[in-house]
Amino acid sequence: MSHLSLTDADREEMLAAIGVSSVEDLFRDIPEGVRYRAALDLEPALTEPELVAHLEELASRNAHTGVELSFLGAGIYDHYVPAVVDAVLQRGEFLTAYTPYQPEMSQGVLQTIFEYQTAICELTGMDISNASGYDGTTVAADACFIAKHATGRSKVVLAETVNPQVRQVVKTYAPGFGLEVVEVPHRGGTTDPDEFAAACREAACAIFQQPNFFGCLEPAPDLAAAANDAEALPVAHVDPVSLGVLEAPGNYGCAIAIGEGQGAGNYQSFGGPHYGFIAARADYTRRMPGRIVGETTDAAGKRGYVLTLQTREQHIRREKATSNITTNQTLLALAGLVHLTWLGPQGLREVGETCMALAEHAKERLAAAGAESLFPGKATFKEFAVRVGRNGRDVVRAARERGVHPGYALGRDYEGLDDALLVAVTEKRTPDEVARLVQVIEEVAA
Amino acid sequence: MAAESYPEDLRYHPEHDWARIEGDTAVLGITWYGQDALGELVHYEPPDVGATLSKDGAYGEVESVKAVSDLIAPLSGEVLEVNDKVVEAPETVNDDPYGEGWLVKIRVADQAETDALMDAETYKSHLSTL
Amino acid sequence: MTRLIYERSRPGRRASGIPAHDLPAAHVPAELARRHPPRLPEVAEPELVRHFTELSTRNFGIDTGFYPLGSCTMKHNPRVNERVVGLPGFRDLHPLQEEEGAQGALELMWRLQEILAEVAGLPAVSLQPAAGSQGELTGLMLFHAYFADRGELDQRREIVIPDTAHGTNPASVTMAGFELVGVKTDPRGNVDLDDLRGKVGPQTAGLMLTNPSTLGLFDENIEEIERIFHGAGALMYYDGANLNAVCGISRPGDMGFDVVHINLHKTFSQPHGGGGPGGGPIAVAARLEPFLPVPAVVRRDDGSFGLDFDRPKSIGRVRGFTGPFGVFVRSYAYIRAYGPALRDMSEVAVLNANYLLARLKEAYDLPFDRLCMHEFVVSARTLKKEHGITALDVAKRLMDYGFHPPTIYFPLVVPEALMVEPTETEPKERLDEFCDAMLAIAREAADDPDVIRSAPHTRPVGRLDEVKAAKRAVVRYGFEDHPSLADEPAAAAVPKGA
Repeated sequence: MSHLSLTDADREEMLAAIGVSSVEDLFRDIPEGVRYRAALDLEPALTEPELVAHLEELASRNAHTGVELSFLGAGIYDHYVPAVVDAVLQRGEFLTAYTPYQPEMSQGVLQTIFEYQTAICELTGMDISNASGYDGTTVAADACFIAKHATGRSKVVLAETVNPQVRQVVKTYAPGFGLEVVEVPHRGGTTDPDEFAAACREAACAIFQQPNFFGCLEPAPDLAAAANDAEALPVAHVDPVSLGVLEAPGNYGCAIAIGEGQGAGNYQSFGGPHYGFIAARADYTRRMPGRIVGETTDAAGKRGYVLTLQTREQHIRREKATSNITTNQTLLALAGLVHLTWLGPQGLREVGETCMALAEHAKERLAAAGAESLFPGKATFKEFAVRVGRNGRDVVRAARERGVHPGYALGRDYEGLDDALLVAVTEKRTPDEVARLVQVIEEVAA
Repeated sequence: MAAESYPEDLRYHPEHDWARIEGDTAVLGITWYGQDALGELVHYEPPDVGATLSKDGAYGEVESVKAVSDLIAPLSGEVLEVNDKVVEAPETVNDDPYGEGWLVKIRVADQAETDALMDAETYKSHLSTL
Repeated sequence: MTRLIYERSRPGRRASGIPAHDLPAAHVPAELARRHPPRLPEVAEPELVRHFTELSTRNFGIDTGFYPLGSCTMKHNPRVNERVVGLPGFRDLHPLQEEEGAQGALELMWRLQEILAEVAGLPAVSLQPAAGSQGELTGLMLFHAYFADRGELDQRREIVIPDTAHGTNPASVTMAGFELVGVKTDPRGNVDLDDLRGKVGPQTAGLMLTNPSTLGLFDENIEEIERIFHGAGALMYYDGANLNAVCGISRPGDMGFDVVHINLHKTFSQPHGGGGPGGGPIAVAARLEPFLPVPAVVRRDDGSFGLDFDRPKSIGRVRGFTGPFGVFVRSYAYIRAYGPALRDMSEVAVLNANYLLARLKEAYDLPFDRLCMHEFVVSARTLKKEHGITALDVAKRLMDYGFHPPTIYFPLVVPEALMVEPTETEPKERLDEFCDAMLAIAREAADDPDVIRSAPHTRPVGRLDEVKAAKRAVVRYGFEDHPSLADEPAAAAVPKGA
């Protein structure tokens, strides 16, 4: 086995030094009743060439974006991942390092986390970011936990236009956290601030998404104001790729900003691993979950980085910790940092503008072809919903037979939207590809 | 950092908290042993003025870089004053745990509770068993 | 001193190019539009690559050298796994692709589930949890749902956890809405049965246990523990952090556990990445299967693979999509490379640990006089008493010898603890070099303690002022007003251990 260096000679010497006669003796403390004597029922070992062939065969049975033109979004997006991201992530010193508990051995990782925290604060307009959460759903649960302890209230408000998976996860965490979850239905694709305000009474926090799950732009400053008026913490779930053209939540009254980082630097990878981000006003510093890196100096005055405010975390505060999180998503957040560095502020703005222009173009062409906008008149970012005249799922299947995935069938999550598709247009798409989408929709829609 | 000492005029609780009784009020803090075990303090989370302390109950927290410790009330009473100097500069406790590093001042609810506290000699014997 | 990327930034530089199209611009409504751009770095590609390369050279990974962190299982990460995870059929697959278009991915997940069920000795698996901690929380949510279903939830509020447990266990108990009851460890390193019996009853929801424990010791009374908990109608949760010791040797399901989480980034070689990603899949007994997270990955009668959302008793979804798929690819490939010989992995891990223990006990205190499993705990207690050298000091001096230190000050029940886990992928010479270094440091403690106290001498930085970082938390670059912490008052002399 290529990972094991142990030779027969090694084994003999080691057993002698330990003072036992066989490896079996090392397991003598295990009671016979729980000792597993059979061979594990696993398929025979594969050599490296066989392993690669097997995995290639499995991979070949997946319709990925290299073989199928795709307008599928709904939370995970086909944005361009630059070659520098791959190059940095392949450095073994980053890839194979552990959590930086010994800072003198880990200045590389610690500094990249500090730079990532800075980038997230810049994007969101917040004072403090952690080193990442699991994904864009669990950070919503984290935000609710912060809000409950900060306000003493246990009601949390979710706009229905927040990603359905985010809302599902908050509801899964709610019983253990002792939360009451209230949802505010959408009105024509966005959230009504007055209805939101009414729901926010006595709430710990109120979560809305910008752009929302339908791709529509919410009246975000009004929603934040509605929450603040009720003394509930406004929480914005934001798309990092949009923050070159959309205002930072910290600049319109939000207490916490959360989101899914995948669109900034990670491949789609069938849903993971990616990274969630969470950033907040300085008031919530001691309630932040997860790792935080801070700057300091050594005895010689040299600048360095360390994990800080660790007394929030599980290894010190145990049952009173701000979260049980330990392993998070550091490598994927590093990819995010590299990606945002590659983009720079100009590049981030251009990606946002390009997505919007292509999406508007696609929206118009589809409408002209009979696939009307579901929410006409609502401004959108890189995604929009259209009616396709028959069951959306059937349209997807028929379109795929023509080599195009036209978008997410909204009937999977929303009542009454069985004939609607959510179409995502990223900067990787071209006008020719949009023309192809329109052509296919014309063929398969009703 | 202060040198190890356990003033004779104070009363002590086995969880390393002291009380200076001044008539019907008392000043509370943590002992030299307590601050030494924690290391340099970086944060003090005090109770609110007006809050009620219960003897042997936790009334606040102090933190060092690597540890958190509940503050244990040697006596029951109402919080009259919180030492903001320690809130601003928690390391004051390490430098002067019995003087500038006091934590709260309370109105003593039940003078009889002072009988249960240790004097300096008893507390020092307690420390030698740890 | 190395620069921050923000310090390499110059206005007008950029590395990116975005394709342009001749289309009318779309505008954001004024009240929603960004007023000031985010201050992201402005660098061209050469400086970007130099920056991150330089940072990587200031970091130590398993690729660099020996990394014996206890309960972390820092084993070699095979490179073939990086090749296969990058296959476009995995890398560029959208999670909401139709099932017919994702059969390869779904099959891989289903096969991994079958493998993990076999290793755990429990029939039903969910791959959703993102890490061990999330696996713990999910497991406790299953307890919650199970007892609610039986009408016993109001009565059963307590989870029993030993004093050697990882901090994640009590933190998970709180997040799941239960209450913590602690149980002591006896002088042999087993859970203290007398203490335990008094603490388990009709108020108990369950136990969380790692076996072998964080002391690296297999609990000899595990069968009696099972009788106590199941006898009281309670459930048992296995923290799989130490599974590397017992694959194919003892199965948690056979020990009586109802839920097991497995750390794919420990036992099954997902690279640690500086702090993640990981994977914390759970395997459960049949009585808990109905409550597992939804969707379930299933194989249908026609042999095709799919997602089953029809689980009326499920606790719901614990994260997005079906889990960290890239992690599954690596762990699946890792296990397929071993086959049934996975057991060798655990045997060599345990052999390596016992060898280190045999050599180190001449210079370090041994809290428990037993053979260990895949890891062990020694103590620097005598070094501290006789020479004032702490476990922290030993750890910092080991860096000068070219090793990443072991875990220190954990588990809490051993003072001046050093928790050492070599894993199976270290050759004997590396183990000997590590022991030689540890013994040399023990001699230095007597002959030249100052060289230890001022260590490390050979790293990019010396001991960092963690007190300053906690009191004045600078957690992002301050741009115009970036503070120079060199001007801040220094902390007290030597940070206390513990």
